[in-house]
Amino acid sequence: MIKAILIFNNHGKPRLIRFYQYFAEDMQQQIIRETFHLVSKRDDNVCNFLEGGSLIGGSDYKLIYRHYATLYFVFCVDSSESELGILDLIQVFVETLDKCFENVCELDLIFHMDKVHYILQEVVMGGMVLETNMNEIVAQVEVQNRMEKSEVSLFLDR
Amino acid sequence: MALKIVKGSIDRMFDKNLQDLVRGIRNHKEDEAKYISTCIDEIKQELKQDNIAVKANAVCKLTYLQMLGYDVSWAAFNIVEVMSSSKFTYKRIGYLAASQCFHESTDVIMLTTNQIRKDLSSPNQYDTGVALTGLSCFVTPDLARDLANDIMTLMSHTKPYIRKKAVLIMYKVFLKYPESLRPAFPRLKEKLEDPDPGVQSAAVNVICELARRNPKNYLSLAPLFFKLMTSSTNNWVLIKIIKLFGALTPLEPRLGKKLIEPLTNLIHSTSAMSLLYECVNTVIAVLISLSSGMPNHSASIQLCVQKLRILIEDSDQNLKYLGLLAMSKILKTHPKSVQSHKDLILQCLDDKDESIRLRALDLLYGMVSKKNLMEIVKKLMLHVDKAEGTTYRDELLTKIIDICSQSNYQYITNFEWYISILVELTRLEGTRHGHLIASQMLDVAIRVRAIRVFAVAQMATLLDNAHLLTGNMQRMGICEVLYAAAWICGEFSEHLENPMQTLEAMLRPKVATLPGHIQAVYVQNAAKLFATVLKNQEGNTDSTAAQETSQLMIDRLPLFVQSANLEVQERASCILQLVKYIQKLQQKDVEVAEEVCALFAGELNPVAPKAQKKVPVPEGLDLDAWINEPPSESESEDEQPKAIFAKEEPKHSRPRHTEVDEKELARRREARKQEQANNPFYIKASPSSQKAYQEAPGVEHIPVVQIDLSVPLKVPGLPMSDQYVKLEEERRQKERADKKKKEKKKRKEKRSGRGRKHDSGPESEEDITPAHMVDIVTEEMPENALPSDDDDKDPNDPHKALDIDLDKPLADSEKLPVRAHRAAEAPKSPAEDGEAENAASQEPKKKSSKEKREKKKDKDRDRKKSKEEKKKKKHKHEEKGEDLLGGQADEPVVQSEETNEVAALPTSTSAEVSDLDFWLSNAPVPSNTQEAATVAEAAPVPEAASGTAPDSEPEEPKDTEMEETKSSKHKKKKQKKEKEEKEKKKKKKHHHHHHHSDGGGEESVQNGTVEEEEPLPPMSNYCLLAENSYIKMVYDIQGNLQDGSQVVVSVIFENKCDSFLKSMEFNVLDSLNSKLQRPEGSGPHDGLTVPFQLPPGVSNEARFVFTVQSIVMPQKLKGTLTFIVKNEDSSTHEKLDFKLHFTCTSYLITTPCYSDAFAKLLESGDLKCSSVRLEGVIMPFHHLLARICFHHHFSVVERIDSCASMYSRSIQGHHVCLLVKTSGQTVSIDAKCDEPTLLGNVLDEIKQTFSQC
Repeated sequence: MIKAILIFNNHGKPRLIRFYQYFAEDMQQQIIRETFHLVSKRDDNVCNFLEGGSLIGGSDYKLIYRHYATLYFVFCVDSSESELGILDLIQVFVETLDKCFENVCELDLIFHMDKVHYILQEVVMGGMVLETNMNEIVAQVEVQNRMEKSEVSLFLDR
Repeated sequence: MALKIVKGSIDRMFDKNLQDLVRGIRNHKEDEAKYISTCIDEIKQELKQDNIAVKANAVCKLTYLQMLGYDVSWAAFNIVEVMSSSKFTYKRIGYLAASQCFHESTDVIMLTTNQIRKDLSSPNQYDTGVALTGLSCFVTPDLARDLANDIMTLMSHTKPYIRKKAVLIMYKVFLKYPESLRPAFPRLKEKLEDPDPGVQSAAVNVICELARRNPKNYLSLAPLFFKLMTSSTNNWVLIKIIKLFGALTPLEPRLGKKLIEPLTNLIHSTSAMSLLYECVNTVIAVLISLSSGMPNHSASIQLCVQKLRILIEDSDQNLKYLGLLAMSKILKTHPKSVQSHKDLILQCLDDKDESIRLRALDLLYGMVSKKNLMEIVKKLMLHVDKAEGTTYRDELLTKIIDICSQSNYQYITNFEWYISILVELTRLEGTRHGHLIASQMLDVAIRVRAIRVFAVAQMATLLDNAHLLTGNMQRMGICEVLYAAAWICGEFSEHLENPMQTLEAMLRPKVATLPGHIQAVYVQNAAKLFATVLKNQEGNTDSTAAQETSQLMIDRLPLFVQSANLEVQERASCILQLVKYIQKLQQKDVEVAEEVCALFAGELNPVAPKAQKKVPVPEGLDLDAWINEPPSESESEDEQPKAIFAKEEPKHSRPRHTEVDEKELARRREARKQEQANNPFYIKASPSSQKAYQEAPGVEHIPVVQIDLSVPLKVPGLPMSDQYVKLEEERRQKERADKKKKEKKKRKEKRSGRGRKHDSGPESEEDITPAHMVDIVTEEMPENALPSDDDDKDPNDPHKALDIDLDKPLADSEKLPVRAHRAAEAPKSPAEDGEAENAASQEPKKKSSKEKREKKKDKDRDRKKSKEEKKKKKHKHEEKGEDLLGGQADEPVVQSEETNEVAALPTSTSAEVSDLDFWLSNAPVPSNTQEAATVAEAAPVPEAASGTAPDSEPEEPKDTEMEETKSSKHKKKKQKKEKEEKEKKKKKKHHHHHHHSDGGGEESVQNGTVEEEEPLPPMSNYCLLAENSYIKMVYDIQGNLQDGSQVVVSVIFENKCDSFLKSMEFNVLDSLNSKLQRPEGSGPHDGLTVPFQLPPGVSNEARFVFTVQSIVMPQKLKGTLTFIVKNEDSSTHEKLDFKLHFTCTSYLITTPCYSDAFAKLLESGDLKCSSVRLEGVIMPFHHLLARICFHHHFSVVERIDSCASMYSRSIQGHHVCLLVKTSGQTVSIDAKCDEPTLLGNVLDEIKQTFSQC
């Protein structure tokens, strides 16, 4: 199970947070801070797994992250997930973002948090991996975007 | 209306949207908080508007602010409003916000039940999808209970997109509502073989997650998973399955044997590192589970270790990390194979990556032996010195202690060395683990008798140099060590070289700066030391020295008497008085030393942890029963008896002599001694332990290596422990030399020359003898201690509730709560449900304060209670009706076989188990030709394996094959011509069914996996019932899954006027065939009260249950709705007549059917034929199919180009099969059903549907 997905930038500013277990807002922020603290001091050439992070879960949990340019993508998962699998999943997610936003950059995430959420919803649901096939994910996202567009145009026509 | 919309859209243009908000926040870096608070005010204004677009925009912005840490739960109600918008765009925003900020205690969640149910059954798959996604984040036990059945139905949805989501969410439902697991499991299991890989993967995911927590319940699925493992090519699925096997093998070693070969093949063949890694992991788990290895297992271990070495040597840090992680698992059972890679692991200790160093440390734990412990610890001590960052250093410290103390100090040959290591560790700056070092010191000093002399000397040095430890505040953690030092010096003071010096050290004024609990120990042990000193001095016949000592005590103790710490104060004043008394006696020249020493006589034995817990409760003793009358409640509140017991918690390291007076203690000791002596079962720790009660230490006879005891805390240049390493090496060398000599002698005697190899070879473990006789006192356990070791389980684990036997056939009482006629019948949990409904109906009133709601709740509950009682009888009846669910749950299986042989179903537990046994007993890999082919693609299976045991294939496929041959004989007699065509197709189908896992671009799609280019037009089954200027009613009729004679009519009432509608009564004139179900006790012509009121502009849904006898004909029922229209000043009675149309379609239930079963059904020959042609249908074929599916409750069995087979089932179990073909604008439908009248009517209705569009 995935317990949380956090995206923040090099300064620890959250760009997307998705907890699959309830934490109050202040706790969420504390977790983000602590996770950022743990992750940010690691070099880029060390491994992408991290134990500890006392706030989320116990020894069964791991932080698995990737660092892309200005953004950290951090997944907090338990031992039922394959570590390398989750790394691949992060890659799939980022590539999907890249496809949906056309050359994604931090600004896209800043201004379209909702869209990023909708994309993530097609990848992970309730803490479980829903789809790993990028084409399928992109297809579903696009159909829904088209629906949204048609509704908007309908709305303007009236 | 139009004006309003225009106005709304203009408003919207001026509103800030999400992007504006983000931009604004970025532009106000200086006063962000202030800016955001103005934004929140704006949002509050926007939320007050009626326009849903404005509201949705506001909610979207709130979702963003939530991410920044703002609590937005105040807007929960608005979020629900946006969720219930009919527009997908807004609905999606609402659900997203809900999933981000709703949780179990959000009270508006209970208002969402109906909305979510509506969305789940929405014709638009994305509405359903969005609802499922949202629900997965905030599902509560109530929602899970109420919606479990709806979600379960969705597991068989025609769209794989919905199926996979529904399958995944079931896990959450199980967690919140464990009762749903058994009824839903058959369908879940079936999804493991879903034609869509995504759905299959979801099902594997869910079952793996379930099985991980309660593996034993899923053992019977092993054959199925094995089949999947050898046939699937999806790495995600493979990884999950392989991980699952890792959890299952410990329970069934035979399974492991079966797995080794395919796994080894995968390891050899796969190029995906993730898969390779998981395979290695599972092979390791298998090897662990096989205690007595098969001959070729060492090869498997070698393979694993070798692959892991490759991973560890890889430049990719991730692989290195994982390699080490897996290595540590092998270590537990096969330490030898790992130890040969010690070089590699020690190398990893120098890695720049902390995670990797930590993993390497873990490995070291298992790699030590008597031989290399000192060497490894030495290396670690070097790292301790080098380490920057306290966390890693603390980790090192704990690891050193773990490594040394593991399995009862098994690997320590020289405890002097260990004590000096501990002393060295106290020099660490700012460690948090002072208490850990302290407890080790205590443990070693208490349990290793021979070391006490040395330990006491070291501790005395520590106490002398205490200022070094307490020098600055940063080192406070380490001062815990002084606690141990003081206690050891006091308790074993007879070994002290210079007790007087130590006593002085312990009474220094600086001690008063230590934490209270340490001071307390100081004071207590100063008293013990005092006793020892007195004894020594009185022997010298020099009474002044003794009196001086007493004076010293009297001078220094008052400092502690003033302590703010209660414990210190109490002990100090007690001892001070005692010393004063002693002084008086001394002045009278009375010998007191003997008596003072008696105060502290006796020895503490170490008590095993958890010993207290394991004392069995004597028979006939009820610990929960009251001994006296229970005290009144008010008393027990202030008494808090718990606190009294908490204090008494036994802590073996704390001296407690003073707590019982000395005489009593002596008496008890005597008694216990007697008892122990007479008790043959008392485990005597060591022969010498009985001696412990005498004053004589009794260690003189133990040979102790001579070492200089006056070693200073730090030897310049050389750390102290190194001395011991050297000493030890010398000693071992000497020993070896001795041995050699002996051997030489022997050899000479034997005059044989081949013993040479022996000398140069490494010394084996047994060769190393401990430096001195180490007598490790075992920890005491109570007599007949309970062996149970289950005190580690967490009683709060939610997965405990899911530990459910899944092989047992479903009992009648197990079923999911189904949406039922809530208004008229008492639902299963009337209080909550009714409340939810009521609350929902009151939504628009918003203003109703909590108090009001609270009151209402109570009222409702009362009312419902009485109702419930009234309806008990009816309720029972209904339950009977629902019994069918048992069969319903594994319907598709039943369907395919029930006509032929129902008995073949593997329902009984014993059958399952024996199946598994049968499967497992065939050691070679099972494979029929088809499987072998698939496997060959994935991994080269050795030839031998594929051919040998064709009958070890799991039973089911064989059954179907047999049946097919049977039925094909059958069929030849009838309808030859038509069947020939079908036969061809069946073959095709069969082909597809078995090869779906290969992926590949097949043209045919199964079970509705229709790739849609364009979205379907929105469809609704709700049709108009009646309408006037006040109210509009639309309705839909659904068959009841559980009861063949019931249909549920859902009516949505919409208030169209500006007045309040209340006291609505719904009544229908029953016919002979169809009757409205009325509550018990009401007459056949009474109406049903609609359970809600309608404020202006609001709509709500009510459901009514009808019983029908015959379902072959459509039917119309006349009815009336009466209601009161209430204005501010007046109220009028109104009524509205309507006609309920029960179509034959409404008796059909969407039921998925697999092509095999479908083919079999057609062949059975029991079905009557009929057909219909539709002309001028202009719509894409998939639209046409979707319409039939949606409006007429069919499911697509298979679609090939412009031809599709469809299936549905009536509530009374009639099968309806369609073959739909299209060419141009003509659609021909060939249909078969076992009830011709029903079929005719259904076809008419289908025709009707398409004539309308």
